[in-house]
Amino acid sequence: MAKKELKVVRTTTWSAGPGCHGGCGVLAYIEDGKLVKIEGDPDHPWNQGRLCARCLAMTQYVNHPQRLTRPLKRVGERGEGRWQEISWDEAFDLIENRLGKIREEFGPESVIFSMGTGRDIGPWICLLAYAYGSPNVMFALSGIACYSPRITAVETVQGDYCILDAAQWLPKRYDDPRYKVPECIVVWGYNIPASCPDNVFGHWIIDLMRRGTKIIAIDPRLSWFASRAERWLRLRPGTDGALAMGFLNVIINEGLYDRDFVEKWTNAAHLVRGDSGKLLRENDLIKNGSPDNFVAWDVAGKQPVVWDSHNVEYKLPDAKPALEGEFKVSLSDGSRVTAKTVWSVFCEEVNKYPVKRVSEITWVPEKDIIEAARLYAKSKPASIHWGVPIDMTPAITPTVQAITALWCLTGNLDVPGGNVISRYAFDAVAYALPGAKGVIRLESEEMDKKRIGADRYGPLNKFIWRAQPDLALEQIFTEKPYPIKGMWLQTCNPVAGIGLDPKKWVEAIKRLDFVVAVDLFMTPTTQLADVVLPAASFLEKDSVRSWWVPLQSINKAISVGECKPDVEINFELARRFNPNLRWNNIHELFDEIIKPSGMSFKELQKKGWAFPPEGHPSAPYHRFEKGLLRPDKKPGFQTPSGRIELYSSLREEWGLEPLAHYEEPPFTPVSQPELYKEYPLILSTGRRSPVYFHSEHRNIPWLRQIDPDPVVEIHPETASSLGIGDEDWVWVENWLGRCKLKAKLTPVVPRWMVMAAHGWWFPEKAGAEPSLFGVWESNINQLIPMGFQGKDGLGAPIKNLLCRLSKVNEGTENA
Amino acid sequence: MPEKDRYGLLIDYEYCTGCYACQVACAQEYKWPAGMSGIKVIEVVQSLPNDKAYLAYIPFPTELCVLCPARTKKGLEPACVKHCLAACMKYGKIEELAKEMGKKPRMVLWAPR
Repeated sequence: MAKKELKVVRTTTWSAGPGCHGGCGVLAYIEDGKLVKIEGDPDHPWNQGRLCARCLAMTQYVNHPQRLTRPLKRVGERGEGRWQEISWDEAFDLIENRLGKIREEFGPESVIFSMGTGRDIGPWICLLAYAYGSPNVMFALSGIACYSPRITAVETVQGDYCILDAAQWLPKRYDDPRYKVPECIVVWGYNIPASCPDNVFGHWIIDLMRRGTKIIAIDPRLSWFASRAERWLRLRPGTDGALAMGFLNVIINEGLYDRDFVEKWTNAAHLVRGDSGKLLRENDLIKNGSPDNFVAWDVAGKQPVVWDSHNVEYKLPDAKPALEGEFKVSLSDGSRVTAKTVWSVFCEEVNKYPVKRVSEITWVPEKDIIEAARLYAKSKPASIHWGVPIDMTPAITPTVQAITALWCLTGNLDVPGGNVISRYAFDAVAYALPGAKGVIRLESEEMDKKRIGADRYGPLNKFIWRAQPDLALEQIFTEKPYPIKGMWLQTCNPVAGIGLDPKKWVEAIKRLDFVVAVDLFMTPTTQLADVVLPAASFLEKDSVRSWWVPLQSINKAISVGECKPDVEINFELARRFNPNLRWNNIHELFDEIIKPSGMSFKELQKKGWAFPPEGHPSAPYHRFEKGLLRPDKKPGFQTPSGRIELYSSLREEWGLEPLAHYEEPPFTPVSQPELYKEYPLILSTGRRSPVYFHSEHRNIPWLRQIDPDPVVEIHPETASSLGIGDEDWVWVENWLGRCKLKAKLTPVVPRWMVMAAHGWWFPEKAGAEPSLFGVWESNINQLIPMGFQGKDGLGAPIKNLLCRLSKVNEGTENA
Repeated sequence: MPEKDRYGLLIDYEYCTGCYACQVACAQEYKWPAGMSGIKVIEVVQSLPNDKAYLAYIPFPTELCVLCPARTKKGLEPACVKHCLAACMKYGKIEELAKEMGKKPRMVLWAPR
């Protein structure tokens, strides 16, 4: 018998496979070209040998009998489920031809390129879209309500994003002498089992708890963290903004903030005009003054002093700017206005949220709010780690402004164990998240002007290079201001996953002339395509990962059928649509992306991962003091004023409220008292499962067996009052639709709320319409609307709706 | 087997998050079909006074657990212990694990074989 060929390949996870945002080091055991086992890499600083259930099930994933392994062409009607296998050449020719015709007739912007969440396709879908000429790259969730809004809002305030410091920037991690274990972590709307969302290994928080970190849990559910928290705040879903304002109220009024930091690093001393409510600018004072410069009140000279935003300093070196107060200022036209400091107007806003009022809004007892705020403010260092509920309300930005103020005011920004600025390792940008621009760009800014929503929403012009999905969906129907004729859907499943009001998405996709889906398995969404291309898992590709730190390579270990990596599929088509593409192959592209690291892709592959050295802008700590954040190397931040903007000049420019505040979401017991009578339970969605990543993995036997059914968590007393028993099937219903979920009776949820699982479809059921893998049976998104995005185009009401429950009559009702 | 040579699993269930990594790691190691594994995670939701509750998980070694002799002989940890995301499982001699067990509450020591 011939000896088997064995090898072990060291690589990095990212998306297809475990599905998540990746980062874990793994060892893939390959026998005769086939994956036989996967283990966590014990030498890797990220996961230190550990690995999640989804990744440990990779053998069942890559070798799955239903993997798509050849390109498919639709031969029946859309959704009929009749396909013909074709070669890659035929598939590329067909796509080039059909998309080429749309480009010729309607312009490149008429094709939308839609991607799934946080995957290793962000750069590659841009590569293809931009080579084709379309600026319309889209993440199809209403209000782009997953992570991007948080990043954008934080950058609006402080110029750079920041995250929980679990020493992930340091090769020796917790043992590095520069690191400090946080005394306290606020776990804000985040549940552990999903493990690797938002590019943080969830169990780092457990590592820190074992090293002494105390937890403040903010969650309507009695989550794992809430069970073990020093303080648990069971807030009403969607009221996070009010709670953050309440924390600020306690911290400011009890003097628990770092006044030196406020004076030195924020725009607290800048003046706001009493007449217009706008920031006082140099050109208000002097005719030829710059509108980019702001004004403070110099206590020493008893006169206004100009803040030079370009030089990031006051024009009078000895100025003593007042932090508080109201002053009379003469303007260039001779008139006089009163003006207050930003700190004064900020505190006035905060004082609109006394703890009593916050308690009424959030349903959290006053005592708990006060004690939690004190614990956070007095812990040094302390960190805040938040989850997607923050994005999932239309007033996401004002909420984030308040939470950002918390870590700034308490001196926890970019300090060991605090909230640390997160830059792409070595500033090598592969995946251009909000605020970043990588090497993959549209050929001209002119081409970006037609991007859907860019003309309407400020953040989409400043930070987010995506089409606004609520407007995009509408535009497919209205064809205004231009028609949408094609869609490229890459590992993206709006019919079962990120699409709210999913029947509308089906209708929209069916209106299009040509639809391509790229995925690893057939899904309810791929059923609607004209061509389906088989994509590769992370084990089947080379790639680069610089989503914060470290810089990592993904190294190809196996091949499966004719599956191709997303990057290779897109590269081939990009070359066809843009013959002037400046790379000859993907390795040249990777080389250019990681060029700032001084390494070639091959060199990085040999190392596996690399940490930026101390003193690099992508390495911690105290970077704003050292002048490492701004291109001009001056201390400060990359904001218009160079300071943390407690009063946001960008929001002012966009015609939006510049200060942190709270807005009631649109479908709550408070905002909809009449609907609440009919639908008396708060519906929250997105219950995390440790074995699924959103709409994936229902076809992996080891995983499905652990979490076999779509569940809705109901408090036992609530269920009892409705005649619902444990494991009964129930209708969850509201004015938009209904779906059938299995009751999980648990005191983890409050009596007044139910928590529904999301992303459910049934790969074992018929794929053809009308079934679409049973997607209409249990898809909770049928109860959530599109079109309620925030005023800045970001955020949507996804976790704070209303519903009612009834037991499914098994004898007479079928979903 | 002499008592002093027996091995077991010490679980710090204060930190078990119910991630199921152990259960799938074992299924992978021994190629068990879905539904079988040498370790099974159990959810224990405990109702407490004043509307409080405590959410706990415990990995339970089933009749299929052999404590991974092929791995431990090579100096490797059992598959479940190695992959535990919370690092709350420990393999070792029962005598030594029992001593460690005394150091903190919410621990359980399994001696499956």
